[in-house]
Amino acid sequence: MSTTTPMTGVNVGRSLDRLAHEIIEHLGASEGWALVGIVTGGQHLAIRLADRIEAISGSRPDTGTVDITLYRDDLYTGLEKPELGETRLPFVLSGTGVVLVDDVLFTGRTVRAAMDAIMDYGRPRFIKLAVLVDRGHRELPIAADFVGRTLPTQLSDRVRVDLTESGKDADGVRLIPAGESV
Amino acid sequence: MRRKDLLGLKNMPAEEITEILDTAVGFRAISERRIKKVPTLRGRTVVTFFMENSTRTRLSFDLAAKRLSADTLGFSASSSATNKGETLMDTARNIDAMKPDAIIIRHSAAGSPHMLAKAFPWTVINAGDGINEHPSQALLDMLTMRDHLGDLAGKRVAIVGDVFHSRVARSNIFGLQTMGAEVVVAGPGTMCPPDMAHLGVEVRHRIDDVVEDADVIMMLRIQQERLGAAMMSTNREYSQFYGLDLDRLRLASPETLVMHPGPINRGVEMTPDVADGTQSVILEQVTNGVAIRMALLYLLLGGEPLGEDHA
Repeated sequence: MSTTTPMTGVNVGRSLDRLAHEIIEHLGASEGWALVGIVTGGQHLAIRLADRIEAISGSRPDTGTVDITLYRDDLYTGLEKPELGETRLPFVLSGTGVVLVDDVLFTGRTVRAAMDAIMDYGRPRFIKLAVLVDRGHRELPIAADFVGRTLPTQLSDRVRVDLTESGKDADGVRLIPAGESV
Repeated sequence: MRRKDLLGLKNMPAEEITEILDTAVGFRAISERRIKKVPTLRGRTVVTFFMENSTRTRLSFDLAAKRLSADTLGFSASSSATNKGETLMDTARNIDAMKPDAIIIRHSAAGSPHMLAKAFPWTVINAGDGINEHPSQALLDMLTMRDHLGDLAGKRVAIVGDVFHSRVARSNIFGLQTMGAEVVVAGPGTMCPPDMAHLGVEVRHRIDDVVEDADVIMMLRIQQERLGAAMMSTNREYSQFYGLDLDRLRLASPETLVMHPGPINRGVEMTPDVADGTQSVILEQVTNGVAIRMALLYLLLGGEPLGEDHA
């Protein structure tokens, strides 16, 4: 098995279009809720979703970021270099709904940490989860409300989401089997 | 960060200092929140072991550990058995038997943190050892300077007072030089002997000579507890020759920062109008102290599991 590209730039764009429509369909116009990207995988996706939601509905939801470094449960077991990112929630959190945005949903541990972090900043009306890719293998009882693409994987596979905002040439999702280099 | 302990800034590379300062910036935001606590070091035990008096440093480390959810436990000179004749090693063995993860130690004997760091598996942070080093103070000083001045390379820092007996000064000298700053010291000959020049600093004996072109003026505390009668005559004479008042401060640029590690002897090292004036960043130093100590605990306790190397 060698590295495959289950989603190209076109696929990523379409998935985000559909996610934007689904979010509007479920939550209504961009009031009373905000898109919060998990640093670093979700922060650019939250902005892209906000752009699309604005284009579709005419109003732009609030956006923010949440860094989970200090809330991880694996801090002692193999983090290369623990570097802090920025949590920025430039709206009144209490009473506002939060749609967490991440690139890949895997074990669910990142989402658990993100929810704990959000709760320390206030009491949101609800927290929902939007992801570009759900690759399975959950270790916690967590499910996404909005999913771009469900991708069957082996536990040992790695899934990489490339975005032009992170300096990549093109958008895409790569599935890398064990033993292949990233 | 791959080290087990923080014993001093001597020989600490610039990248590591920068890593600590950058990490501290991220931690400042936590102290601004309503819930000033993150779960990062949950279940870890941090012992503050202070065999010399301290309020600021001990409270600062204590608060830093608590804001990271570590459990803290304090030993101090007045409450411990060392004044019943127990040796430092015996006290440390007893603390060790309680399975701590880190010890913050202040001791009048230079090198005591180094001794504990060699003998025990837990993290040791030097919070002041005799007249040797006080690295966390110098790191918070450098963070405060960097906030106002940007890159420290090429900046000129004047340290005034009892430089010889000051671990704050020594740690600052090591750290600032590594970051490319220029350090000049001033004080009476008893407190700034000419052979301080071997540390790579310029030695002067008149405060006016160093104030003029300084980007930072760091006034040191007169440490009555370390000084014999021979070091200086009277507080009044000292403040006349080496105290910082508004007239002297006017020799410097209005942008020059005034710093002091605390506690201030008002009217001795500096006059109240300087200590409370617009150029004083003394309270910012205290705020940055908590962030620096959170960063240190996080980097030393939170990184990879420790392997064989105890560097």
